[in-house]
Amino acid sequence: MGEEDYYLELCERPVQFEKANPVNCVFFDEANKQVFAVRSGGATGVVVKGPDDRNPISFRMDDKGEVKCIKFSLENKILAVQRTSKTVVLPEKRSLKLLKSHNLNVNWYMYCPESAVILLSTTVLENVLQPFHFRAGTMSKLPKFEIELPAAPKSTKPSLSERDIAMATIYGQLYVLFLRHHSRTSNSTGAEVVLYHLPREGACKKMHILKLNRTGKFALNVVDNLVVVHHQDTETSVIFDLKLRGEFDGSVTFHHPVLPARSIQPYQIPIAGPAAVTSQSPVPCKLYSSSWIVFQPDIIISASQGYLWNLQVKLEPIVNLLPDKGRLMDFLLQRKECKMVILSVCSQMLSESDRASLPVIATVFDKLNHEYKKYLDAEQSYAMAVEAGQSRSSPLLKRPVRTQAVLDQSDVYTHVLSAFVEKKEMPHKFVIAVLMEYIRSLNQFQIAVQHYLHELVIKTLVQHNLFYMLHQFLQYHVLSDSKPLACLLLSLESFYPPAHQLSLDMLKRLSTANDEIVEVLLSKHQVLAALRFIRGIGGHDNISARKFLDAAKQTEDNMLFYTIFRFFEQRNQRLRGSPNFTPGEHCEEHVAFFKQIFGDQALMRPTTF
Amino acid sequence: MAAAAAGAGSGAWAAQEKQFPPALLSFFIYNPRFGPREGEEENKILFYHPNEVEKNEKIRNVGLCEAIVQFTRTFSPSKPAKSLHTQKNRQFFNEPEENFWMVMVVRNPIIEKQSKDGKPIIEYQEEELLDKVYSSVLQQCYSMYKLFNGTFLKAMEDGGVKLLKERLEKFFHRYLQTLHLQSCDLLDIFGGISFFPLDKMTYLKIQSFINRMEESLNIVKYTAFLYNDQLIWSGLEQDDMRILYKYLTTSLFPRHIEPELAGRDSPIRAEMPGNLQHYGRFLTGPLNLNDPDAKCRFPKIFVNTDDTYEELHLIVYKVTTIFPSHPTLDFCRRLDSIVGPQLTVLASDICEQFNINKRMSGSEKEPQFKFIYFNHMNLAEKSTVHMRKTPSVSLTSVHPDLMKILGDINSDFTRVDEDEEIIVKAMSDYWVVGKKSDRRELYVILNQKNANLIEVNEEVKKLCATQFNNIFFLD
Repeated sequence: MGEEDYYLELCERPVQFEKANPVNCVFFDEANKQVFAVRSGGATGVVVKGPDDRNPISFRMDDKGEVKCIKFSLENKILAVQRTSKTVVLPEKRSLKLLKSHNLNVNWYMYCPESAVILLSTTVLENVLQPFHFRAGTMSKLPKFEIELPAAPKSTKPSLSERDIAMATIYGQLYVLFLRHHSRTSNSTGAEVVLYHLPREGACKKMHILKLNRTGKFALNVVDNLVVVHHQDTETSVIFDLKLRGEFDGSVTFHHPVLPARSIQPYQIPIAGPAAVTSQSPVPCKLYSSSWIVFQPDIIISASQGYLWNLQVKLEPIVNLLPDKGRLMDFLLQRKECKMVILSVCSQMLSESDRASLPVIATVFDKLNHEYKKYLDAEQSYAMAVEAGQSRSSPLLKRPVRTQAVLDQSDVYTHVLSAFVEKKEMPHKFVIAVLMEYIRSLNQFQIAVQHYLHELVIKTLVQHNLFYMLHQFLQYHVLSDSKPLACLLLSLESFYPPAHQLSLDMLKRLSTANDEIVEVLLSKHQVLAALRFIRGIGGHDNISARKFLDAAKQTEDNMLFYTIFRFFEQRNQRLRGSPNFTPGEHCEEHVAFFKQIFGDQALMRPTTF
Repeated sequence: MAAAAAGAGSGAWAAQEKQFPPALLSFFIYNPRFGPREGEEENKILFYHPNEVEKNEKIRNVGLCEAIVQFTRTFSPSKPAKSLHTQKNRQFFNEPEENFWMVMVVRNPIIEKQSKDGKPIIEYQEEELLDKVYSSVLQQCYSMYKLFNGTFLKAMEDGGVKLLKERLEKFFHRYLQTLHLQSCDLLDIFGGISFFPLDKMTYLKIQSFINRMEESLNIVKYTAFLYNDQLIWSGLEQDDMRILYKYLTTSLFPRHIEPELAGRDSPIRAEMPGNLQHYGRFLTGPLNLNDPDAKCRFPKIFVNTDDTYEELHLIVYKVTTIFPSHPTLDFCRRLDSIVGPQLTVLASDICEQFNINKRMSGSEKEPQFKFIYFNHMNLAEKSTVHMRKTPSVSLTSVHPDLMKILGDINSDFTRVDEDEEIIVKAMSDYWVVGKKSDRRELYVILNQKNANLIEVNEEVKKLCATQFNNIFFLD
């Protein structure tokens, strides 16, 4: 197993606290994610550390007996200490008010701070769970539901243990996770995690089953919307992704681990103590230790070593563990820090050594553009709503968040395609096929293709003298019209004469490039054609006579010059009642030239009425 | 703009008149270097049709051509003579490879009249044939030969004069029978390609399909994609595609269309179990893929002869056409399984587009005009004058005299480089308009009672605005 194989790791900067021992008790508060180290019942000090706290809170309190539980309220305002099973002490005097009461026989409870939902275990088998939701000072009762317990031998009484239940938010939805142990009577091949979806409204429903295919002791975490299942016996973990396609049997979806089981990456404990002693090599940390306690969503605490870690997923190793590129993309696109990894996957699949087949490349592009399009659509409907003035009336209107999964054309161009087309060893057929596949995918999702992608196609085709191919692409408007593209085509005329026609056609279709068309025609000495064009679109009253006369003179075709000159004399006559040019038109030189060639009498006479 | 009135149109023909269309008199290929000395003249002749002609006459005719070409060369060293007009016939000369000459002699059309005493009088119509049309036909003969046989020079290198003579004999013996000189017209000059109009997305899907197929079947060098008689994509270079297109649309496809129309050719694998049902099949190559003894012989073609000189096989799989280097039966099966199902899906996409196109054009009333459009740059050709191409005739819907005017206008266009417009008043109420703008040519035939020049000009402007609004076409 190589170094690069581990896809789970403990965070680099754990919360460190005094190890648990007979005089130091350690508590963890899931709501504030704080660790309390209580020395001698608080008499010699209480140290509170949270994951983001750079400055721990320390205080002392009187030792009034064994502390069973200790917590701060939100924002560390009120401290509560529980010393017996039925009393909670607030060190300062406060009054408490009973807001609401429900009568239930409760075996145990579980609270999920993220969703503010409490689960109460009821009934003899402990397996009927009653959820309550706290919101804005009220407490609402949600429909209760029953967890199906595995069949057990008749001698033992089955019951639902608190240890086998967890609550977590996955992809924005609250789930109750039940670790269902392998039972010999059933024909299942191992333990399973059963996910019950707990919606805000409506009944709880069994939705997913994660197949673990092994037995023994397990622990659950949820990291980056992935369910991580740790297995103590093998000291490995597996991950599940609810969004990856599983097997649906009509009511429940069965999932298998996304990747082969791997250990969490080995972790070195830095040596504490004065700097002089730290030259000693760090001590490897015992992973999957029986003293580990796991909290939701991603917390692992080793009380005996005095560490609190957040569990993290490493994406780079996964690239090589998941050979199916389509599935890999589905997986990566759901992860928070996915952008650079996805781009590297794209580069890799286009590399000489790891080249993927075109259908695979197409699938990857389609998946990228699907996400990209979703974001563009959300942006657009937001912009439209803002324009319509709905932003004030609807508080639900939120600017869509651009996640890392949104990879736009410029990302793909900059990080993948521009380097790819430069690779000399790549067969050009493949290069063009890839570029066309990306453009095909963008079009399929109705995303307007940026001109730099079209330019890349043109550049590649030109480099390999594939002008006829280029011509056909333009003929079918696969490369969309734009002024930059038309200019690029013009510059290709010396290598491929038809590029001139293609460019003019494009300018014509743009319908905003009439000046450019005139310039192109004049530069080709097609003065008459330029004039006919501008007259055709009704712009001939506003053009510079001097520009056309200059161009006509350059052709050294006297008859052409005559024609153009006469045209402008007639224009002058029509617009100003006199065929003469005004000084502002700077045509003196041309008038002189006209006289020299054709004589004074050839000048048009002002019409008199 | 130039206007001219042509006195074309001869009204009703006298009942006793008989007409004979132009016909091929002889066709020969020679190389003057092969028999420079007296007494060895026969060696110059590489091919002569009709073969029955007596040896000395062959030698005389070849010698005459040689002399004419030599003689006229003194007047125009760079552009040797292209044709010789005589009362009874016209000779066309073409030197496709250095010192290799091809000559085609066409008899002028004849009108046979009955004189008062009942004796037939034969009248040769010396001015009817258009040089450009038949020069193009002659050039096409060479291109077609080259497509299936490679260059003359290559045959010489491979097996000397003997091999070249064999190849010429084998090819032209059959090919000359398919020349239908009476129905050659402007379209033979253009040698254009009709493109199938298609939306961008379907086009990209086809691109993607072709790229994938070429990747998985790596002996496929090039692919051309057609729908019916219209080209959608060519991986081949333009000149090679041009002649292949001619072959496919005027020879191969028509030969296969008739059995299909008769319903004799239902898809062979509909009853095959375990196979995705699709409607692909080979037009060249094996008929039945399940027959292990099926012959896998595909026609050879030669492309890029000026450059890399590639010898390929032509596989025509309906609707795609591809060019692999060495196909086997196993390859055919793979091609069938990869291409067939996908192609069937694509074909239905394209078919949909076809129906849209048809609906759009069908929604308008039968227009008052007919036109031929040709773009020299991409060889795109569009004709509402021609009804359909068959191996035997190209049917036109207009009077031959009008077609001749089109040819005349085209000849005028060839003489100058600049953009031009020519309007001709023809017989009865016909007007013929030719426009040339930046390597594009448009010919319109209008039939409007009592129309004047200005109205005709307006009509053509309208036509350009509706049919050609997305290209830069000066009006």
